Amino acid sequence: MKKLLSIFAVVAFAFSAHAGTLDDVKNRGFLKCGVTTGLAGFAAPDDSGEWAGLDADMCRAVAVAVFGDRSKVEFITTTGKSRFPTLASGEVDMLARNTTWTISRDVNLGFEFVGVNFYDGQGFMVPSALGVSSATELDGATVCIQTGTTTELNLADFFRLNGISYEALPIETNDEGKENLFAGRCDVYTTDASGLSSTRAAASNPDKWVVLPEIISKEPLGPLVRHGDHQWGDVVRWSLNAMIIAEELGITSENVDAQMSSNVPEVLRLLGVEGNYGEMLELSNDWAYQIIKQIGNYSESYEANVGPDTPLEIARGLNALWTQGGILYAPPFR
Amino acid sequence: MNEMNEVRKPPVATTGIIGWLRINLFFNWTNSLITLFVIYCLYQFIPWILDWTIFSADFKYNYLGEQITNQEMCSRNLDPENGGACWAVIYVRFYQFIYGFYPKVEVWRVNLAYVMLAFALLPLLYAKLPYRKYFLYFTYIFPVIAYFLLNGGLGFTEVSTNKWGGLLVTLVLGCTGIALAFPIGIMLALGRRSKLPVISMMCTLFIEFIRGVPLITLLFFGMVMLPLFLPEGIDMDGLVRVLVAVTLFQSAYMAEVIRGGLQAIPPGQYEAAKSLGMSYWRMNLLIILPQAIRISIPPIVNTSIGLFKDTTLVIIVGILDLLGIGRGTLADTNWLGLSYEIYFFVSLVFFIFTFGMSRYSLYLEKKLKTGINMGAD
Repeated sequence: MKKLLSIFAVVAFAFSAHAGTLDDVKNRGFLKCGVTTGLAGFAAPDDSGEWAGLDADMCRAVAVAVFGDRSKVEFITTTGKSRFPTLASGEVDMLARNTTWTISRDVNLGFEFVGVNFYDGQGFMVPSALGVSSATELDGATVCIQTGTTTELNLADFFRLNGISYEALPIETNDEGKENLFAGRCDVYTTDASGLSSTRAAASNPDKWVVLPEIISKEPLGPLVRHGDHQWGDVVRWSLNAMIIAEELGITSENVDAQMSSNVPEVLRLLGVEGNYGEMLELSNDWAYQIIKQIGNYSESYEANVGPDTPLEIARGLNALWTQGGILYAPPFR
Repeated sequence: MNEMNEVRKPPVATTGIIGWLRINLFFNWTNSLITLFVIYCLYQFIPWILDWTIFSADFKYNYLGEQITNQEMCSRNLDPENGGACWAVIYVRFYQFIYGFYPKVEVWRVNLAYVMLAFALLPLLYAKLPYRKYFLYFTYIFPVIAYFLLNGGLGFTEVSTNKWGGLLVTLVLGCTGIALAFPIGIMLALGRRSKLPVISMMCTLFIEFIRGVPLITLLFFGMVMLPLFLPEGIDMDGLVRVLVAVTLFQSAYMAEVIRGGLQAIPPGQYEAAKSLGMSYWRMNLLIILPQAIRISIPPIVNTSIGLFKDTTLVIIVGILDLLGIGRGTLADTNWLGLSYEIYFFVSLVFFIFTFGMSRYSLYLEKKLKTGINMGAD
């Protein structure tokens, strides 16, 4: 009976989910955005209780696109375990929760990744006193590694490919890894590069630690929505793309007003001076202008939250524009 | 022979400070060795912890006299040789630790609720309170007042529960869980001992099922599955769902604790009550339960303390309680790396509450003389 009920509920839910998230959001008057419970640089409450970070900016950008107001967003905190059920049940309209885009999540779980707002990958951190400049020199090292994660498998693959050996020191949490590395119980700590940067920033003397250049896995992190609501997916996708295109075109939150009278056709299209792209998305025509005005372009968000001037000191690397040696690439705005 | 009758004073070695020391700390050589070892450890530890937490610590300003706004300005980060804990992070984030993300203009409502909670608890905790009867009326209506005050309605602006956080969430979960679980637990305990097979079977099934799964599973069930069973359009609040899970969990444990108390009541008490012509409910309310609950005080407090600490698990369903706010603070790039200070503060707050509960239960036990065997055998 219970099983029957739940099947019925799921089916009923599956139909109701097609009602149109954009209309739901507009009627509700604010966006519900799922973020982490706290991850340095991506989403964390600041001293005044406002959520800040790269993912938080993503949420705000969508809120701005829909309402023209960066405060019209409610942040729902989710954990690694609760994020997918929360999105599937419709409790949040979208997730910007540094989630890796994989085939199983995209296809099997019934979600749609609308783009990538941060290219991460597994890296290594060692004490600078070790004098190592490349991960291939780590033969025989003791490595702190979180058990039961894909990082464990990546590590084994990397060392086997390079024909070198290592000794694993299994740990459970990032904090544990940090303490073990700082106490010298392991020579190397490996996890996602953004995580390494925050670990390094938390050290009492960050200069004593270096993050090695090798990145041994692909972790494209991006916002995602439920399958089947393409209109809403488009709104989120193009909110992200608008920020990237704005950087490409050199439009910032400061010069956006001056750019309104630019003579570059794509700038005029993006800012809504020409064309009716806002209407196509069922948004106001100045939606992208408002995103750039209130949030900034991708580079501004990046530099403010995770860039080299923040304690995290993550260089643009892969996250630079395709024209500047990175792989950040948005489809043209036309 | 006369001198034999004289009252002889006890030997010097067993009285006074020296006597106490001898008996309690230096009774024999193993005792003495352990005492010396413990003194040595305390000597090593206490000056260090005092220095770190108080004497060398930054409270609001660092040793240069600047007001601290991020971790780089902490004395110990400016100069590793200089400075202990950096409590400025607690100072700056105090609002969040106590109220979560509750809007600042509405925060008086939370403060009022905190004060009213104290008044509501007073008549429950202290039996000799003057005008206790009237205070008790207030206690009964307090949950309703608190609901409207915190959540909104009746002219108050609504503050959605995902803006709640910190100590507020911890107290709401702890108090509601403990308060609701008590009556439900009593009913379940009586039900399980009932002679009516259907009632006893249902209660047993419920208790065993809830006790058989971890709280995390129940929280997930509440968070993810519960909405699927509700009819379309009824949107149950996240915090309410967690409250349901926590209350169910706590009632099952409370039921077993109270059942233990019920089993300790000698059959003579039941027989005596019945022979006076008392009904089932009168017998339980007037004779059995007062005694059963009295002897169950230690385990009741035990499970309550357990629940209060278990409320930190709600972080896995994305609700930021006191510990969750602490972790969120650690993820702010301004305050990276201050984990010792934050975890120390959070554990101190939890310690104050749980230690208070356990001391209160000792006071109750003393007052009600639960240690003494209650006649009838």
